[in-house]
Amino acid sequence: MDADIALIVDGERRAVTVDTRTTLLDALRERLGATQPKKGCDHGQCGSCTVLLDGRRHLTCLALAVAHDGAEIVTAGGLGGPGGPGSLGSPDGALHPVQQAFLDHDGFQCGYCTPGQVCSAVGVLDELRAGHPSLVTEDLAAEDPTGSDDEIRERMSGNLCRCGAYAGILAAVRQAGTQEARA
Amino acid sequence: MKELTYHRATDAAEAVALVAADSDARFLGGGTNLVDHLKLGVARPGTLVDVSRLPLDAVEELPDGGLRIGAAVRNSDLAAHPVVRRGFPAVARALLAGASGQIRHQATTAGNLLQRTRCVYFQDVTTPCNKREPGSGCSALGGYGRYNAVLGASEACVATHPSDLAVALTALDAVAVVLGPDGERRIPLTELHRLPGHHPERDTVLDHGDLVTAVELPGSAVAPASTYAKARDRASYAFALVSVAAAVDLDGDVVRDVRLAWGGVAHRPWRAYVAEEALRGAVLTEETAREAAAAELAAATTTDQTAYKVAMVRNLTAHTLLRLAGGAR
Ligand SMILES: Cc1cc2nc3c(=O)[nH]c(=O)nc-3n(C[C@H](O)[C@H](O)[C@H](O)COP(=O)(O)OP(=O)(O)OC[C@H]3O[C@@H](n4cnc5c(N)ncnc54)[C@H](O)[C@@H]3O)c2cc1C
Ligand code: SF4
Ligand code: FES
Ligand code: FES
Repeated sequence: MDADIALIVDGERRAVTVDTRTTLLDALRERLGATQPKKGCDHGQCGSCTVLLDGRRHLTCLALAVAHDGAEIVTAGGLGGPGGPGSLGSPDGALHPVQQAFLDHDGFQCGYCTPGQVCSAVGVLDELRAGHPSLVTEDLAAEDPTGSDDEIRERMSGNLCRCGAYAGILAAVRQAGTQEARA
Repeated sequence: MKELTYHRATDAAEAVALVAADSDARFLGGGTNLVDHLKLGVARPGTLVDVSRLPLDAVEELPDGGLRIGAAVRNSDLAAHPVVRRGFPAVARALLAGASGQIRHQATTAGNLLQRTRCVYFQDVTTPCNKREPGSGCSALGGYGRYNAVLGASEACVATHPSDLAVALTALDAVAVVLGPDGERRIPLTELHRLPGHHPERDTVLDHGDLVTAVELPGSAVAPASTYAKARDRASYAFALVSVAAAVDLDGDVVRDVRLAWGGVAHRPWRAYVAEEALRGAVLTEETAREAAAAELAAATTTDQTAYKVAMVRNLTAHTLLRLAGGAR
């Protein structure tokens, strides 16, 4: 069965006809040319397909495109940097603080997991700002969990890096979080 | 994957009617388990009825201090809810111990409870599995068995239930509100999931077309002093080997009241009534806690691959109760 849906991808409304079995990941990559989200495991286990969906970090491999008709999706390419096809970028080409932090700290090696890591990190910082707890938050009732290294590690655990760039990723998220706290 | 008809339900009654009328239809929540099973060939529905956007997404406070949690409330929103964090910390911790931040934004309350076992053979259509294909045999009996059940298993199936949330809700006397073709009924969490017996293909007592619309947590004196502990192979983003949901109400060091449920040990979340009974009125010490857990575990059957679970769940239970007594949540 085919379905007509529309997705807002990095700021641009894109109409597309999909088979109802198509995942959001395949619709983005194969049908709309938005190749920032990567297919790692295709089973929810690695995080490389992470995007921001309606403002929150979300996997795209365990989601059917048809179930997300109308969703607003921001990929790592839509956060900042030079604009291009399927990528919103930012007007002056400036990088998002999280993207810049990944560069500053070598938060990658091959780069395959990076778009997912970057989107997830943006989500983590939002969740910290909103006061959401994690499993390692000692006082669940506290409204301002800190961005300690343990908190960052736990909150980023849904994104695997086969190159093992975790030390750089941790430093990058820490830097972006500190910048945000100052801003 | 076979051809799939997708239907987004507009209200609960419509969703129930659509699924009840079609043996080939299934409810779709966040899809984090079902879409995986579509890809693996474990589930082969012809129609999906999407219930993830039904107006069942509220967490409401009840007059008795309890909570009514809509079936479509996302796991992340429930874990971040201030009343859950303060009043039902075992529920918040169990949610936060499960899956990843991304998956918790997607997964729903009902979908979490009704997720299916992670038994590796269940997920591999090339191997015999009585749960997936009744009568085909159980590959886990003679195969990889580290995750297998130690309580309440049968010759037909030794799988465990994977949900962390279900264990916390079972400890805290939650009730599932279910809408079926014949109207609404309420099923205590302790009775929602089944033991495998001769019918491992049935995870729960729900019938085809039964829609979980909400979960209710009663107000209670013990729930604010509750927590959830999970033992696993990695510190994060892994299913439980064993887990413990515990709540305790102490008078000095005497146990006035206690709730205990275990995950990773059985085909359903295991409410440890025997251990609770042994602890009520007793002085809480490492020793009495371990003895109470051991009494519950007297019924355990193990293999050389699962023997570790008995010691692990006994020790984790004692550790968790003593931490609660020390003020941890
Ligand atoms: C990599 C990975 C790691 C994970 N780790 C953990 C973990 O550590 N702990 C843990 O507990 N879970 C874990 N999970 C599982 C995850 O929590 C579940 O997949 C999720 O909670 C299911 O919710 P959903 O809304 O996506 O359900 P869906 O996949 O949409 O549905 C699951 C089942 O419930 C049925 N259903 C859905 N809604 C209703 C309803 N309202 N009424 C009746 N039936 C309904 C569906 O038909 C289906 O059979 C993990 C998953 C992945 C992919
Ligand atoms: S333990 Fe149950 S789910 Fe696993 S192979 Fe045996 S029958 Fe299937
Ligand atoms: S590709 Fe989606 S989690 Fe691995
Ligand atoms: S940079 Fe290679 S997988 Fe992470």
